[in-house]
Amino acid sequence: MSMIALIGILLGGGLLCCLAERIDKNLPRIIALLVIFIDLLFLLYLISGIPAGQFELIPDASNANSWLMHYKQDWIPRFGISLELALDGLSLILLLLTLVLGIVAVLSSWQEIQFKTGFFQANILWTLAGVLGVFMALDLMLFFLFWEVMLVPMYLLIAIWGHEGKAYASMKFFIFTQVSGLLMLFAILLLVFLNSQATGVLSFSYFDLLNNPIGDPWSTWLMLGFFIAFVVKLPGFPVHTWLPDAHTQAPTAGSVILAGILLKTGAYGLLRFTIPLFPEAAQNFAPVAMCLGAAGIVYGALLAYAQTDFKRLVAYSSVSHMGFVLLGIFAWNELALQGAVMQMVAHGLSTAALFMIAGSLQHRLHTRDMTKMGGLWFNMPRMGACAMFFAIASLGLPGLGNFVAEFLVLLGLFQVSPWLTVIAASALITGAIYSLLLIQRAFQGEPVEGRQLADYDLREMSTMGLMMLGLIWLGLYPQPVLDLAQPVLASLLKLVSVSPSILVGVSP
Amino acid sequence: MMELLFQGTLPMLVLAAGTVVLMLQIAFWRNYRLSLAITAATFLSALLALISVSHYIPMNVTAILVVDKYSVFFSALIILSALVTLVVSASYLQTRVGENEEFFLLLILSTLGALVLVHSAHLASFLLGLELMGVALYALIAYPERGDLPLEAAIKYLVLSGAASAVLLFGFALLYAAVGTLSFEEIGLQLKINGEGLIVMAGTAMILVGAGFKLSLVPFHMWTPDVYQGAPAPVTGFLASVSKAAVFAALLRFYLSAGLSDFASLTLALSVLAMFSMIVGNLLALRQLNIKRLLAYSSIAHMGYLLISLILSKSELALEAAAFYLAAYMITTLAAFTLIGLISCSGSTERDHIDDIKGLFWRSPVLAGMFTLALLSLAGIPLTAGFIGKVYIFSAGVEQSAWPLLWALIIGSAISIYYYVRLIFVMTLRDIDGVIEGSPVTLSFGNASLVVVLSGSIIYLGIFPQTFIRFLGSLL
Repeated sequence: MSMIALIGILLGGGLLCCLAERIDKNLPRIIALLVIFIDLLFLLYLISGIPAGQFELIPDASNANSWLMHYKQDWIPRFGISLELALDGLSLILLLLTLVLGIVAVLSSWQEIQFKTGFFQANILWTLAGVLGVFMALDLMLFFLFWEVMLVPMYLLIAIWGHEGKAYASMKFFIFTQVSGLLMLFAILLLVFLNSQATGVLSFSYFDLLNNPIGDPWSTWLMLGFFIAFVVKLPGFPVHTWLPDAHTQAPTAGSVILAGILLKTGAYGLLRFTIPLFPEAAQNFAPVAMCLGAAGIVYGALLAYAQTDFKRLVAYSSVSHMGFVLLGIFAWNELALQGAVMQMVAHGLSTAALFMIAGSLQHRLHTRDMTKMGGLWFNMPRMGACAMFFAIASLGLPGLGNFVAEFLVLLGLFQVSPWLTVIAASALITGAIYSLLLIQRAFQGEPVEGRQLADYDLREMSTMGLMMLGLIWLGLYPQPVLDLAQPVLASLLKLVSVSPSILVGVSP
Repeated sequence: MMELLFQGTLPMLVLAAGTVVLMLQIAFWRNYRLSLAITAATFLSALLALISVSHYIPMNVTAILVVDKYSVFFSALIILSALVTLVVSASYLQTRVGENEEFFLLLILSTLGALVLVHSAHLASFLLGLELMGVALYALIAYPERGDLPLEAAIKYLVLSGAASAVLLFGFALLYAAVGTLSFEEIGLQLKINGEGLIVMAGTAMILVGAGFKLSLVPFHMWTPDVYQGAPAPVTGFLASVSKAAVFAALLRFYLSAGLSDFASLTLALSVLAMFSMIVGNLLALRQLNIKRLLAYSSIAHMGYLLISLILSKSELALEAAAFYLAAYMITTLAAFTLIGLISCSGSTERDHIDDIKGLFWRSPVLAGMFTLALLSLAGIPLTAGFIGKVYIFSAGVEQSAWPLLWALIIGSAISIYYYVRLIFVMTLRDIDGVIEGSPVTLSFGNASLVVVLSGSIIYLGIFPQTFIRFLGSLL
């Protein structure tokens, strides 16, 4: 029940924001901030009630009671659909990331959004509610429902408060996600019915569907249905094309949520559903998936290099970074998986911060074009320093979170496929090139004469500081996150034993 | 015995009595408000009569009508939809000068025809209901005479619908020639004994063509956009929900009772019709700039989805799917046309161009919210009634491995997202996008509550479908 409350607080908070707008324009922002904060406290309170030993136990993936929290109640018994929510270490990490970045998103929209603030904040809160649901739902239909619920408010954020090309970008975003979602829905229903024909149990519950007896060729098709939906969201090459458009046109808070959180739902889906539900099919497919991941890394980096639009550059760098997640997940050993989880968190923080900087630049300069920038460090030293920090984080400097993540993925991947590791490792170089290029074009060089710009104020600096601290902590002492994720990954690995076929498939 | 017959047909008798009272009232003392009150009272007492009928079912009323849970369910849906139409048209007609009272008379008559259709167990009552409903509709379409379009639409509908009825009738005749009976059940028995002959096939094919026309399946859909566009918005809503649902319900009963699902060639023909409707309907809707025309093409596609459940109707799941989908579709369609009806109330033209809803979110959040919900439901997004309906049809298809139909459903739904979402986008346009904000739309208390009820039902069926599903389970 408490997990439903976690989602309910955000949904209710959204309604409250809509109403509060009638009283005062600034009230919705404060309410949104408070609501997310209360939600975060509530989550921490819930966790504090769990005995410490529970966090180290390896949850039995087929027994719901061994998870940190579990809740189940009938919803639509006609189809075997229930309200089933559960929490383990992996979900917990992502929930915390979601709520923290939610606060960041609200703060980043403080001055930018002046039109219908109430509805804006409500959409942010509803998107967050959908994401929380995605990370906790273990009934496949409920999962799909939350998957779609986060889509509609996100669409509205882009469509209403977006920039000049919002019509095209929002439509593309909606169609990509929705069409791939339809395929997933088809796969879910097919999985459930095939499973019920084989076992006689009509249920959408994750626990009932694990170890389903469905064999080839169905399992491959079903796996692909899930895979496509998640890879579109991730986004993986070659279905990433919605992302640069959506990112560029979204308001800052939208970009923060999109890059920081929504992309992670795709990775989470792959990790939680695609591979465990169809272990054999997924492993046979792993070479293809890993090649797509490597292609994404290289392609994203190349395109990032060619951009002149600040936000588009960061967006393509996201494609490159999320390629590591795809590689890590399909390499399917503990090191690589740890790296993938780490990358989700670190990328969430660093990219969100870069999008915030892009947003503040657009707010001040009314352009995202880097050819019209230059010398901004002179005008705004504090912002320049922040940008430098996050650009360096994003290129993977040791000591910051992204390095740990990428290093772990490369280590794990090397055991599976040395050649792909070589390709993926090139990102460490290309990443440095485009990240430094970003700093060079925007912040260094000759300042434009007579340009007066307001530097970061206390609110903005504290948001930036928060995320810097996070990245430094992840880089110097990543153990808590690794510890939290380790039992979950161990249980997943136990569930799906590595077949030698993937080693044969890609090794030299 | 007589008393029972009386009880069974009470809802229809109430509606018939209502028309008589209304006619007398108009003859002696024309009064808009009184006519409105009599019509509303007629519909409400018909609903009450339905509740009392549910104690006597199932029963046969003469050889041509059957009263059972199925007919009661669809009657309830139809009368409720007629009530919605009444509320919208009450505001819609308010600004019109001239005699408006007969509009309500026609509305009751058309509803009566729809009721006869869902009760029919005999080809005679099938035709009777169809014509009663249709003839009243011709007049309803042309009633408000806003420009030439309504007249054109009415004539078009009259001529084409007449042709379709002729084909239908010819099909009945051929079927009668082959099996010597007109009752659904007996046709089924005879067909089981004699099997399919050439005449039977020709007859059923012609019946399907006639019904396909009424349901506007591709390639019998040509009339739909013109008629939808020309008819006044409340009537379009009535046409799109009640007349489609009644014809579908009657067709489904005929299909089931006569055991037509055993004929492979018929199933194949229907599958082709369904697939064409889904794909072509959605493709043609893509570039429409007139909301009514867009919804017309979308309704063609939705009839295609619905036809899947008819084709698979051997299984209980598919029947439930048909009932649920139809209910969801009716509510959603009514909501969509209610919007157009309410924004077209003032002024002398229909506000059905896509530009007319620009920035509606900021002018009337309630109306825009309802339309958004309706569009999301039509697109099949979760938490709306349309989603559960689509899951139902999906499940029925998966259960019987109807892969080609399901692929058409997926492709059709994928295409449809574009035009539904575009409408939502247009509503969110704001001043900086160059939209000159029009005056806010004000809603009367009655209209506002109608909007709330419609949006509420779309969401309720989407979030808590179980009660309704259990009810459907007891029904079939």
